[in-house]
This record gives sequence, structure tokens and C-alpha cells, in this order.
Amino acid sequence: MVKPDNLAPLIEDHPFFKGVDTKLRDLLVGCAANERFEAGQFLFHEGQKAEKFYLIRAGTVAIEIDQPGRPPIVVETIAEGEVAGWAWIVEPYRATFDARAVTLVRALSFDAKCLRRKMEADPTLGYDVLRRFVPIMAHRLSAARLQMLDLYAPPKPAKEKTVKAEKADKKSKGANRAPDARLKKAKKKDGK
Amino acid sequence: MNAPLRDALHAPVRDPLHAPVRDPMVPVPFRIEKVRRDLSDTFTMELVPEAGGEFAFQPGQFNMLYVFGVGEVPISISGDPADRSVLVHTTRAVGQVTEALDALKPGDSLGVRGPFGTSWPVESAFGHDLVFVAGGVGLAPLRPAIYQAMANRQRFGRVIVLYGARTPEDILYKKELERWRGRFDLDVLVTVDRATGKWGGNVGVVTNLIARGGFDPLNTTSFVCGPEVMMRYAAQALEKKGVDTGRIWVSVERNMKCGCGLCGHCQWGPHFTCKDGPVFRYDRVADLFQIREL
Repeated sequence: MVKPDNLAPLIEDHPFFKGVDTKLRDLLVGCAANERFEAGQFLFHEGQKAEKFYLIRAGTVAIEIDQPGRPPIVVETIAEGEVAGWAWIVEPYRATFDARAVTLVRALSFDAKCLRRKMEADPTLGYDVLRRFVPIMAHRLSAARLQMLDLYAPPKPAKEKTVKAEKADKKSKGANRAPDARLKKAKKKDGK
Repeated sequence: MNAPLRDALHAPVRDPLHAPVRDPMVPVPFRIEKVRRDLSDTFTMELVPEAGGEFAFQPGQFNMLYVFGVGEVPISISGDPADRSVLVHTTRAVGQVTEALDALKPGDSLGVRGPFGTSWPVESAFGHDLVFVAGGVGLAPLRPAIYQAMANRQRFGRVIVLYGARTPEDILYKKELERWRGRFDLDVLVTVDRATGKWGGNVGVVTNLIARGGFDPLNTTSFVCGPEVMMRYAAQALEKKGVDTGRIWVSVERNMKCGCGLCGHCQWGPHFTCKDGPVFRYDRVADLFQIREL
């Protein structure tokens, strides 16, 4: 891990901290480190303590879920200019997915404990960081919902439609049968 | 049938767009030249008029394809508008008529009525960045506009194709996308909704690609085509990014039947999608997207 003395320009250049106040930036620098991950290396694993979050400077990170006996499912990819990891900000501070470097990844990492402590001590910093995180979380929630819709799935096969149509036919026949039954009943009554 | 009418119907149509007299309700026989399977349920057919001649159309327009004895279905034209010698349609087999289309082979005939509807206003984007946003088989109706943009490449700023598919196996025109990506003057970004670790590309909805930008929102025209929900969210993402809603165009399909605004089957609010659409300016129809009953 590389930890240059001054990460301030890297923080300022990243879209996540665009326009950050100089004073707040200096507070952030104290919790930041410059990191690099080779393709295939994990940034964090599901269930682990969420001790860091990452601002991706270069490369792609896959957010994935492992499943026994099958290849892991990638639920999202995070690219340059985006953020990986938000569990550090929500109790119980445990990662909810795996994060794997798809390519060589260069990232700024932030120590969660350090940042949380500073955010508690300085509500302005706390508000600023949350203000930047909340829209990302909202966007990801909305994207996840869209993803769940399976928008590009083929419409239900024609066979299913036919079955439905058959059911509808049966139903309508049933409806037609009802008067017949009433008629029979009436005739029976008349016969009596 | 009287002789003059029969002659008129069977006369070779050199240029259907400018043909002097032609009943839009009468299908013109076309022969299938080639069929290519794109995906397990999607195929592309190349058609030529049986009577010879050419077929002119604008990107975004559609034809009514008639499988004799089965029925008619509206299908967008997906070929190059500059190539009038062949008519290209990409179709997903999802119903009775499209499945019958899928069963046709080279040499078979089908009826074609069209072209119908409005088109992608490619020329209105001259001088702008041009962002194509496609989802699933929605890439097919956009492809003619992409061809036209590439043919006039120097007249645009950045040209970006953002494409979302269900899985890596469902990517339409995969080889063509790879070819486009290889060009130095076209940006192609593909994302899929779900994948395993073998896929090295983006995973996530296509709106994520819009959020990543790469274009000048104040100077951008965007053409969006895909499932209606996807178009709605894509248009909102473009708007959020700063693109003027008057510069976003969407392609809406309803139950097109006659193709020329007579039957009313495809009515969408005050519009007939076959005649006033399928390509609409987003700011003119944004409210209609929000009405559940439509």
C-alpha cells in the first residue's frame, strides 16, 4: 500500500469529492491512503468488517455474490470515478457483498473508523460526507429495482398464452353452462 | 379484380416512398434473401422486392410484415438507409406471427406494407454530441440511425452508443458492436443486467452508463429505444444529467394495425403511434408515460 504525504489533489480530483471545502479535504486526507489491486484481487468480502471505502481512480470493480458450486453472480460493476462500499457508514458495519477487481484498480481508500470519528467530532464534515453518499445509495437502490424488473426478458411464451386462453375459454364456457344448469333445474321442477 | 387495378397492384415499385399511386393497405410481395440467427429467439431477415426495384426508408420507421395466411406484425427496419437494395428486419419470435416469420426460409415470400411512421431526426443532431441509448432488441430500430450517424460522422461531436442487455448471451449484433467499438470515433459501452465472473464488462442497468456521462449534456441529442420502462428511466437519467428534454427522442410502440392512422388501434393519448410515432420527442409525451391506463 502506498501512502503519499499529500493525497489532497487526488481527493479533489475525484468526482465524489467534487467541490469539497479545503478544510474538510484536509480532514479527509488524514484518513486516506492510495491503494492498488491486481485483477482478481478482492477489495473486501461479504460479512467482513467494513473498515474502508474506496474511491475508484482507475479500473473496474465487480460487486458480486458468491454461491456454492456455481460461479459468483456479478450484481453491479463500479467504474472509474465511482465509489465502492457504503457498509462502513451503516451499522453493524459489515460488507454485504464481495468486491473484486476486474482489471487493475487504483483507488483511494478511507479508514472507516478514522472517518467516522472525525464525522462525529465535526458535524459539518459528517453532513458533507453523508450528503455525497445518500444520492449514490438512492441511485443504486433505484438501479437495483430496475435490474430486478428483468426488463429485457422475452415476453411470456405463446404456449403460456394459449394455456391462459384455454383457461379463459373454460371459464367462459363455465359461465355459459350456468344458465343451462338453471334451465335443467327449472325443467326438473316443472316435471315434478 | 379489374385489369387496371390488378396492373397497378402488381406494377414494380421502384421507390415506395415516392411511388405515385399505391394503396398503403396492400402488401407488396418481398422474397427472403437471407436469414441470420442473432439470438436464440431473435433473427434478422434480408428481403428484396419480388418485382425488383428499391426500398427507401428513414431510420426509425417500421413496416407491416405479412406472413400469408397467418397475419401481420409491425417490425422496425434495422438495415442501412443508404442501402436501398435490401430491406433488413430484426425480429424477436414472441407470438403467432413472429414465430411464423421465424419459420420462413430464404426463397420464401412475405408481404410488406410500409414504410410507416416518423423517424429519428439524425440531421437535427448535427453539431451536437449524439447519444444512443438502447435496451434489448431496442438496438434494432436504432441501428439505421447509427449507420446514418457514422456516414456523417464529421457532423457530430462525440457519438456514443450505450447498450443494455439481459445477459452477455443476449447481446444483439455482438460482432457489429465490437466492430463499432474498434472505431476511433465511436464510443460503445455495453452493460448487462446479470452476469457471472466470466464476463469482464459492465454489470448494471443502462441508466448507470448515462450517469457516467462522457458527453456534453448542454450540447447533446439522444435517441432512446427499448422497453418502455427502460426508456422512461433513461430519459429521466438524461434529463438529470442536464440534457434538454426537447433533445431526447424515444420510440414508442403500441398495437399498430393499419400503419397509417386509420384504424385507431395504436392510439396513445392524443397520438396514433403508427402515424405520429413511433419516434416521439420526449418532452411531448413525457406526461403520457406517467399515465397507467395508457
